[in-house]
Amino acid sequence: MANIMVRKSADGGLSFYLPKRDIEDSITSIEFDTPEKWGGEIRLGNGGVYFIDPIPAPARLPISVRARRVDGVE
Amino acid sequence: MSELTREQAQALIEEVLEVYPEKAKKDRAKHLMVNDKTIEQSKKCITSNRKSVPGVMTQRGCAYAGSKGVVWGPIKDIIDISHGPVGCGAYSRGGRRNYYAGTSGVDSFCDINFTSDFQEKDIVFGGDKKLAKLIDELEGLFPLSKGISVQSECPVGLIGDDIEAVAKKKQAEIGKVIVPVRCEGFRGVSQSLGHHIANDAVRDWIISNRDDKAFESTPYDVAILGDYNIGGDAWASRILLEEMGLRVVAQWSGDGTLAEMENTPKVKLNLLHCYRSMNYIARHMEEKYAIPWLEYNFFGPTKIAESLRDIASHFDDKIKEGAERVIAKYTPAMNAIIAKYKPRLQGKKVMLYVGGLRPRHTIGAYEDLGMEVIGAGYEFAHNDDYDRTMKEMKDATLIYDDVTGYEFEEFVRQLKPDLIGSGIKEKYAFHKMGVPFRQLHSWDYSGPYHGFDGFAVFARDMDMTVNNPCWGMLKAPWLKEEESTGELKAA
Repeated sequence: MANIMVRKSADGGLSFYLPKRDIEDSITSIEFDTPEKWGGEIRLGNGGVYFIDPIPAPARLPISVRARRVDGVE
Repeated sequence: MSELTREQAQALIEEVLEVYPEKAKKDRAKHLMVNDKTIEQSKKCITSNRKSVPGVMTQRGCAYAGSKGVVWGPIKDIIDISHGPVGCGAYSRGGRRNYYAGTSGVDSFCDINFTSDFQEKDIVFGGDKKLAKLIDELEGLFPLSKGISVQSECPVGLIGDDIEAVAKKKQAEIGKVIVPVRCEGFRGVSQSLGHHIANDAVRDWIISNRDDKAFESTPYDVAILGDYNIGGDAWASRILLEEMGLRVVAQWSGDGTLAEMENTPKVKLNLLHCYRSMNYIARHMEEKYAIPWLEYNFFGPTKIAESLRDIASHFDDKIKEGAERVIAKYTPAMNAIIAKYKPRLQGKKVMLYVGGLRPRHTIGAYEDLGMEVIGAGYEFAHNDDYDRTMKEMKDATLIYDDVTGYEFEEFVRQLKPDLIGSGIKEKYAFHKMGVPFRQLHSWDYSGPYHGFDGFAVFARDMDMTVNNPCWGMLKAPWLKEEESTGELKAA
């Protein structure tokens, strides 16, 4: 489990940031993206896959959440 | 030397790597690359922020250097205690030329070395009592300080002193902010982790201090983060922002004060010059206080104009007009400078190797002068820095991470650049080789280089260095013949 930060990038998409390892990347897909349910499996531009426990959609970004690494290189 | 093709550049890297033992060669090969603009992500071709190979000459510093020297040191009204043996503080004192306005020893403490001077008994019995006593002494001697930070050196972490407890106790006693920073030198692979730790300490102990206090704000409040005021850089930047109608609330680590830092959460936009050392706190403020942040670059008129427009785009039309007005006002002066120096510098080749930002930020300024950057590298950058660098650099140029003394010298010998921009540790080797050199950490006792005013100084300095007739007269001591004559002695 790691603390990650999800923020809105300049081009309108989402970006992923892992402070501990200083990894920043774009989020290419997010499993749940509705007002009631947000999170789930997220896929990164570098091929990494992380899992965020689904929560109600955050009121504003960036948000720090706990995430689990599922797959892909760090 | 003419431009390299991709194959030639790759061959050069392989030739340089040839001398290493197999294992070191494999490791170092990952840190050197030939730039390819088509690659979006640097991690596919360059490795960074990894431990240096033992035995090579690395130019890196330690976490303590990153925290005390870079982030905390330049805050003028905070006393930074180098907690541990005397050397770390003594040898890192005042070399960085981060200017401040104030009276040293009365209300400003940037250039004084405060240390707990650990002795054997402190290692054996712990240094907490000494730290408490030291804080009392500081309070008596320097009552106008606004806060104290405790910068841990290696032994403090090794013997497990509880500096947080001392800090809390003393903070309650004297009523000033006392920040314990766990930046022991052995943490991490370079000074980069020190920046991170220092940012986290600011986040935990300073940033929310004034959350419930009233603050008279304007819609045009900004803060300058990560401009270290080397030779007056932050001042040269600040006047441009003020001229376009913004109000600069805080200057952080460059002529900054504790009060300015505490007021930063009230601003509308954080302006980030050194991304590497300050992005952590900017990200925190974005999440907690919803303050957007923006990277900008104040080297060279092209980038300055771009950055000013970028900054203005976050504000209303008044500021946008202000930005255009500022650009228009300085353009004739900048054109005059370029007209003067470009003919003298056109086509000259530059190789850069600096800390975590300047190899990419200064490229624009060199290009404004008609110079060309043929190699760039960082001491302690991470992959996101290389992502940003690869876009700025031309194809088939060299990019090197944590380059060793040997590799750098070998690259220079083969590529024969007309100018090298790097730090004090490389300086004298290249002086002896007779290659024009500028120290790009502290601007070689010159500056400022930021802003329009700074560009004038920058252009003059580069011309002064590149076209100095002295370089041809130098011959490295190891190349000198036995019967060399007296006139070479100066070399």
